[in-house]
Amino acid sequence: MDTVIIKINDERVEVPNDFTILQAAKKMGIDIPTLCYDERLESHAACRMCVVEVEGARNLQTSCSLKVADGMEIKTHSERVIQARKDILDLLWANHPNDCLTCEKSGECKLQEYCYKYDVKETTFEGKRKNYEIDDSSPFFYNNQNKCINCGKCVRVCSELQHTNAIGFSERGFNTHVSTPFEIGIDNSVCVSCGNCVSVCPVGALMPKSKEKFRLWETKKVRTTCSYCGVGCQMDLLVKDNKVVGVQPANGPSNNGLLCVKGKFGFNFINHPDRLNKPLIKKDGQFVESSWEEAYGLIVEKVNNIKSEKGSEVFAGFTSARCTNEENYLFQKLFRAGIGTNSVDHCARL
Amino acid sequence: MTNSIAEVKDADVIFVIGSNTTENHPVIGAQMKQAKAQGAKLIVADPRKIDLANDSDVFLQIKPGTNIALLNSMMNVIIEEGLEDKKYIAERTEDYEELVKLVKAYTPEKIGEICEIDPEDIRKAARIYAKGDKSGIYYAMGITQHKKGTHGVMAVSNLALLCGNIGKESAGVNPLRGQNNVQGACDMGGLPADYPGYQKVFKPEIQEKFEKTWNTKLSPKVGLTIPEVIHGAEEGSVNFLYIMGENPMISDPDINHVKKALDNVDFLVVQDIFLTETAERADVVLPAASFAEKEGTFTNSERRIQRVRKAVEAPGEAKPDWVILMDIMNRLGYDKKYSSPSEIMDEIASVTPQYGGISYDRISKIGLQWPCPSKSHPGTKYLHKGVFARGKGLFMPQEYVGSVESVDSEYPYIMTTGRVLYHYHSRSMTGRVEGLNKKAPVSFIEINPATANRLNIEDGEKVKVTSRRGTITTMAKITDIIGEDTVFIPFHYADGAANVLTGTELDPIAKIPELKVTAVRIEKIL
Ligand code: SF4
Ligand code: SF4
Ligand code: SF4
Repeated sequence: MDTVIIKINDERVEVPNDFTILQAAKKMGIDIPTLCYDERLESHAACRMCVVEVEGARNLQTSCSLKVADGMEIKTHSERVIQARKDILDLLWANHPNDCLTCEKSGECKLQEYCYKYDVKETTFEGKRKNYEIDDSSPFFYNNQNKCINCGKCVRVCSELQHTNAIGFSERGFNTHVSTPFEIGIDNSVCVSCGNCVSVCPVGALMPKSKEKFRLWETKKVRTTCSYCGVGCQMDLLVKDNKVVGVQPANGPSNNGLLCVKGKFGFNFINHPDRLNKPLIKKDGQFVESSWEEAYGLIVEKVNNIKSEKGSEVFAGFTSARCTNEENYLFQKLFRAGIGTNSVDHCARL
Repeated sequence: MTNSIAEVKDADVIFVIGSNTTENHPVIGAQMKQAKAQGAKLIVADPRKIDLANDSDVFLQIKPGTNIALLNSMMNVIIEEGLEDKKYIAERTEDYEELVKLVKAYTPEKIGEICEIDPEDIRKAARIYAKGDKSGIYYAMGITQHKKGTHGVMAVSNLALLCGNIGKESAGVNPLRGQNNVQGACDMGGLPADYPGYQKVFKPEIQEKFEKTWNTKLSPKVGLTIPEVIHGAEEGSVNFLYIMGENPMISDPDINHVKKALDNVDFLVVQDIFLTETAERADVVLPAASFAEKEGTFTNSERRIQRVRKAVEAPGEAKPDWVILMDIMNRLGYDKKYSSPSEIMDEIASVTPQYGGISYDRISKIGLQWPCPSKSHPGTKYLHKGVFARGKGLFMPQEYVGSVESVDSEYPYIMTTGRVLYHYHSRSMTGRVEGLNKKAPVSFIEINPATANRLNIEDGEKVKVTSRRGTITTMAKITDIIGEDTVFIPFHYADGAANVLTGTELDPIAKIPELKVTAVRIEKIL
């Protein structure tokens, strides 16, 4: 691979020649703000938050789309650049609802984060506010277009990664907004509820319907593997007070940051009141709660009695394609080494 | 899967047969569509006009149970037109002549009639598949859940060998695993003839190896499969049954038969996170931790061993399954103690050649794909590169035989079963998620408009469906997704359970029930 040498903020760096300025900066640990950028999509250069100054170029350049060239000198946080970013934020804020106090996105909202970083306290424009009806037809998420900043990520993820094409931009100019064809509502559209649009929305426009109230900073993230199908998508469970309150896709080798509806929204069974929480023993046809010792004692007694009476061949166990490798290993070991039969199977076939 | 999921995106040709990928493996479905958008060709063979069929270059709406006929016919065309990979066949395979002989009779004209499709479409599909440089086949239960399921898998592999598509990136033979850890459960020896790593219980040297590591005597006798256990329980030759995290009362064929079997054992232990339909019949129910409440690993369809991490505490006194199993093992006098799943994985690595290089510290960020025989091995992205495990790739030609179930005047329609996007298996988890239930609340039967018209059935109407084994009531969903002589019922629901209707006829080799073909009649409820 060919490399080039460039200078970012006066520091020399060698990077592959097919890198964009944004990628080069990231490699150096320099944080350039973006609203519409997603590394899985072709650069769009729509939000212009990522502009930088390139020596010799008259206008500011979008770093997400401009490729590096040998000898390039770049300033990522010059006065001019910072002013340009402030202007963009100022303009976006002009028609934003300004309700961070109660917005669920607060704490992970990019608009909020950048307004803080770039010191934009209020807008200098007297902007018109948007007044869309919230589409809450989907059981899984809201579409509140009053908060949309038209970054286009949701539309592109739905069409270029998920390939469902459920949503698009409707109307033009100030009235541009994300919706389903003919405004039929998400639930009546071809949407497959994957939530991949929700996961990339930088603001509070597309938001999961949550049973719990939580702020991102109150949660911890736990990286794990989806427990549904065999794709093995990687995900982060958001945990607050010993409860899973949300799921975010992670960039695993098999899912590349995507999830489906079950992985993204199918987690509420974890805290469900129907969960078994004590061993049960059936007495006279009714289940009675028991201690672990009593339940274990009964099982061991039955195993020993039946084994001494009829041998090992009358035992069988169904292990589980739902459980972990370690548990499957122990299950077959229990049957083979502990009881003495190979009658262990699971529902791979079903 | 011989290949990796991420390779889907770079395939030239994707051939999907017996897999409703966008509903059952949605994230792979999305990647197939990405490949298609980049110019890959897509062939779909399925009894239903599934979502992917809309994007396909050729869609073969085959009659259920005719996969092998179709695959043989595609091979007939490829050989007839000289499109096979001659160099690959000569260098890397065996028994090619047998295949040539067998598929000769499978002309598109003849097979078109059997599969109920246009012979020209068979030709078109065969040419597209053969002309792709990297052609991958993706299949699921639509191939395996038949009396001749194992033969179906062989037919798939024959086609891939014929065109040199095994041992190549973005190609291969790729069964998509329905459940999160089916792959791992098989790898770990959750099979009656196999110790972990597919080491056979009847081989003396293997038995000896495990007797040494586990420090106990072991049986060389192959155990019973699930259908055999159910049968044995009913007959009285299986007296003690321990079911961990499975719900055969929904997922197994002929539920009435399963019920009798479970009620007939002397002692039934069920370990699960909910009181499932199966757990209700148990003598003892043990409360287990869910995936979010324990440490461990799952192995996905592409053989990648990935971490599962504890996020929250299990409710009440529920315990991780591994702790329960260890406790019972210890109380039965087998003394081994493990302090964590990581330690169990170290033991797995020591007895399972394919997992030899796996340890928690190596997979903490990104999982590794087996075979990974040693601590320095980087894992295996796709199988059979350069050489097959057995040396040469063997053609295993298989004749098409009709399904055991056949229609007659009393049971004139073929019912096939499957899953829907919004539910998972027996719904013990997804049935408890409000939104998912809202999207897919009840059992239904897909009926073609012409058929519905003939039966005077309207969309949304309750209907009675009867097979040679039982009757259910379900809701009619009128749609041209399905052909006129076929109907489809998802198997997830306890109320209107498709598996009340299915039969226990087994594939004699893999012991997989013939769930995809059941003769039924449909009646209006008056
Ligand atoms: S949920 Fe998925 S299908 Fe629906 S609009 Fe969002 S990305 Fe598209
Ligand atoms: S809804 Fe969100 S992701 Fe979509 S365009 Fe608006 S701000 Fe961007
Ligand atoms: S998120 Fe969906 S596609 Fe991914 S593993 Fe889970 S169920 Fe499968």
